[in-house]
Amino acid sequence: MSGKPKLALYWAASCGGCEIAVLDIKEKILDVDAFFDIVFWPVAVDFKVKDVEAMEDGEIDLCLFNGAVRTSDNDYMAELLRRKSKILVAFGSCACEGCIPALSNTTTKKATFDWAFADSPSTVNPDRIMPQIRTETPVGVLELPEFYETVHSLDQVTDVDYFVPGCPPQAHQIWGVLEAVIDILENDKPLPPKGTVLGAGDKTCCDECPRERQEKKIKGFKRIHEVIADPDQCLLDQGIVCMGPATRSGCGGLCVAVGVPCRGCYGPAPNSKDQGTKMIAALASVIDSDDPEEIDRILDGIVDPVGTFYRFSMAHATLGPVRAGNGSRSEVSS
Amino acid sequence: MTTTAEAPLRGPEVVSTQWRPRIVAFLCNWCSYTGADLAGISRIQWDPSVSIMRVMCSGRMDPTFVAKAFSMGADGVIISGCHPGDCHYQEGNYKTLRRVHLLKRLIEGFGIDPSRIELVWVSASEGDQWAETANEMAARIRALGPLEVGS
Amino acid sequence: MRKIEIDPITRLEGHGKIDIFLDDDGEVADCFFIVPELRGFEAFCVGRPVEDMPRITSRICGVCSEAHHMAAAKACDDTYHVEIPPTGRKLRELMYSAFFTGDHATHFYILGGPDFVMGPEAPPAERNILGMIHKLGIDTGKVVIGARAAAHEIVKILGGKTIHMVTSIPGGVTKGLTEEERLEIVDHAKQLLEFGKFTLQILDDVVLANQDYLDLILSDTYTHRFHSMGTVDENGHVNFYDGEVRVVDTEGAEIAQYHPRDYLDHVAEHVEPWSYLKFPFLKAKGWTGFTDGIDSGVYRASPLSRLNAATGMATPFAQEQYERYFKTLTGDPTGNTPVHQTLATHWARVVELIYAAERTMELALDEDITNPDIRAIPTETPTEGIGSVEAPRGTLTHHYVTDERGLLQKVNLIVGTTNNHASISMSIKKAAQGLIHKGVEVTEGVLNKIEMAFRAYDPCFACATHSLPGQMPIIVRIRDADGTVLSEVTRD
Repeated sequence: MSGKPKLALYWAASCGGCEIAVLDIKEKILDVDAFFDIVFWPVAVDFKVKDVEAMEDGEIDLCLFNGAVRTSDNDYMAELLRRKSKILVAFGSCACEGCIPALSNTTTKKATFDWAFADSPSTVNPDRIMPQIRTETPVGVLELPEFYETVHSLDQVTDVDYFVPGCPPQAHQIWGVLEAVIDILENDKPLPPKGTVLGAGDKTCCDECPRERQEKKIKGFKRIHEVIADPDQCLLDQGIVCMGPATRSGCGGLCVAVGVPCRGCYGPAPNSKDQGTKMIAALASVIDSDDPEEIDRILDGIVDPVGTFYRFSMAHATLGPVRAGNGSRSEVSS
Repeated sequence: MTTTAEAPLRGPEVVSTQWRPRIVAFLCNWCSYTGADLAGISRIQWDPSVSIMRVMCSGRMDPTFVAKAFSMGADGVIISGCHPGDCHYQEGNYKTLRRVHLLKRLIEGFGIDPSRIELVWVSASEGDQWAETANEMAARIRALGPLEVGS
Repeated sequence: MRKIEIDPITRLEGHGKIDIFLDDDGEVADCFFIVPELRGFEAFCVGRPVEDMPRITSRICGVCSEAHHMAAAKACDDTYHVEIPPTGRKLRELMYSAFFTGDHATHFYILGGPDFVMGPEAPPAERNILGMIHKLGIDTGKVVIGARAAAHEIVKILGGKTIHMVTSIPGGVTKGLTEEERLEIVDHAKQLLEFGKFTLQILDDVVLANQDYLDLILSDTYTHRFHSMGTVDENGHVNFYDGEVRVVDTEGAEIAQYHPRDYLDHVAEHVEPWSYLKFPFLKAKGWTGFTDGIDSGVYRASPLSRLNAATGMATPFAQEQYERYFKTLTGDPTGNTPVHQTLATHWARVVELIYAAERTMELALDEDITNPDIRAIPTETPTEGIGSVEAPRGTLTHHYVTDERGLLQKVNLIVGTTNNHASISMSIKKAAQGLIHKGVEVTEGVLNKIEMAFRAYDPCFACATHSLPGQMPIIVRIRDADGTVLSEVTRD
């Protein structure tokens, strides 16, 4: 191996989109390759876990870790890569705040397994055989990692240096971060303060939205397929729930530009940790009523508050641990 | 394993047979806090399970405060402001009204009984009203039992 | 009993491992392909509004997110019993065809291709896209990067984002096409058409002209006789976006052709305790275990099986290549005799890539494509719906049951690669049994040849080996029954 700085990329409970997003920087990947030695990247390169275990602590200069922590495998890899890396980045929404996999915290492991392996209509499993951590076969033992009760973000299981939000992080943001890191390492510049959110803005998504905001008050909420929304006006002004006010800027307002509301994939707005409670304040301010009954009627139009307000950040929901303590719920009431 | 919320003040392992509800009350400075003060001065008894926090306006109530209170061990939350039309800042209590309605739906989605949040309007002269609210809430929470916090 | 672990397997989307058990004679006693991941979408989508499913389920896979987006969109339309306007349908298929081209390109060049272009037992440091670029030239690399970018641009124009597109909702799409955008797409489509021909040339020059590779493709080690599944249009031609699902048996005779709504009559899933992924099988045959042949319940859903299940391709150049493919491998250009050589999937994939590029251009030139009528507002009460597309990896089915407000009560998904779980397991085992014998040194080349058995199935893996230094160390530890390491083979 050369003396180049070492780069690792790893995926835990993820969809692979963050890996593809790195590809979206196109020819710039050549610059990344020229500067770094990629020492661990299971999706692309045949290094194994044993190779990482054999490294010195801190031997990896930069580790981009995407994916949430769902299984004992993910957990082990998070701890391992933390030890072996100088800089550990929670890369993408799953690692930052749980993303879609963390919606699993609205249900239980038992409900998940019962449906997937026994009760779903296409499954034939009358003996209700469930996946096991250890299975004895005539030739030997087969092992699976443990499926945890709760999905966690990376910072909930280990110490994280920086966060790059987005589902996925947009290509121009990824390149911005990599370019900055290359500059820092090459020219021995100081690192940003620990905990900094990189590759994103410091405002809300509304700041990047091309639509016009008129601060209207509304008498009812509509769902996106129920109306043909005006393409130029703010969606919230039109009564369509849009997570823009509670979401960090950085994506460029891609979704609202093509006619669908923001769903919050760049994570909570700056200076707020809870995307859902922040959204409540924003929604309350557009409702045009002071009468409790009418307010309730209007709010009936928001059909899935928990799953909408925490679509991408359920792992960081303040009330998440309260839900976990209250016992199992296999359905969410809205 | 750490969570982003602070460690709860109490979890299930600390609950004993002598459990007493912990209720946090956010009272607006101009009306409700003065009303509660009046109750005190008038020697009207109200349940000590309720701890008061003063805010300048009920509209100051960031819904995050309520979520945090629950996650840190509160079993119930009271929010009290000026009567509609009397808000010292004009519109604050109307904002509160809308927020609390939405907040109740949210906590229900997390498996928390929405009656663990109570919104009332208590004016500066309504010491009785304050005491009644506090006592009713304490009784309600006793019946519901403690809110457990997992990890 | 000694155990060889390949962990993790590589140049594959997702997590997986292979456990090979050797008996005392050094022969393979058994071999297991284990999927150690599960996220539980079917359970946590309960309670969600159905119109958000195209954006939630796209996160099942970030490589073929478009496939889930489309299957979900169709399931949404079905749930609301709404007919989408013709232009809306064409726009969805246009996005989808462009995506398909890019995705198949990714697999051919970055995932599976290096095994052929560089050789199955080439040094691991060279056996990747970088090695390919060195061998074939930097211009090749630029063509591949450019083609993927062109496909992604089309997806972004119509879908909003390159990964996790957003514009399909119940009733149609939220974004139409301006004439300016259409012309831009036509330009990109030209590039994709050229790219199809370019890829075919590489296949011809590097793979098909090489007798050793032909021998490998035709060898028994990589051959299984499975039934074949694929979606076909009203003419029996391959269609990725819509149609009926057709299943033919090992001899080419039709077992079933059904509307996706009837999938439960034809497909069921089996559970084993050592994997988090289930094993679909044909109900017509029942679960017969890990067997192949005409009486087996195991089937394939992949480019190879799609060509087997169809009677032709809907566009001219692809049809030419379809006939050539079948004539070469079976002697019969009609395609009535199925191909069973697993490694031929790479070739089938190129035929599909050509079709996807042609279909992209066809739709971009459609006179209706800039029509602003792209959405219908649903008026019926939502109940239950099923949507199905061909993902690059296989037939993908989304099945939703909602309440009267359109909130999900039940979700059932049969995902592309899942269809192939049993066939992949068997292909790996047969390769291991064919390649590992007493006295044979288990080299990294041998291990890679075992991995090639699954790689042929999985095109949904886009790895960023655009230009990596290509170190691919792998360590094989051979342990005895107590777990003591007897020997270690390393490739650096």
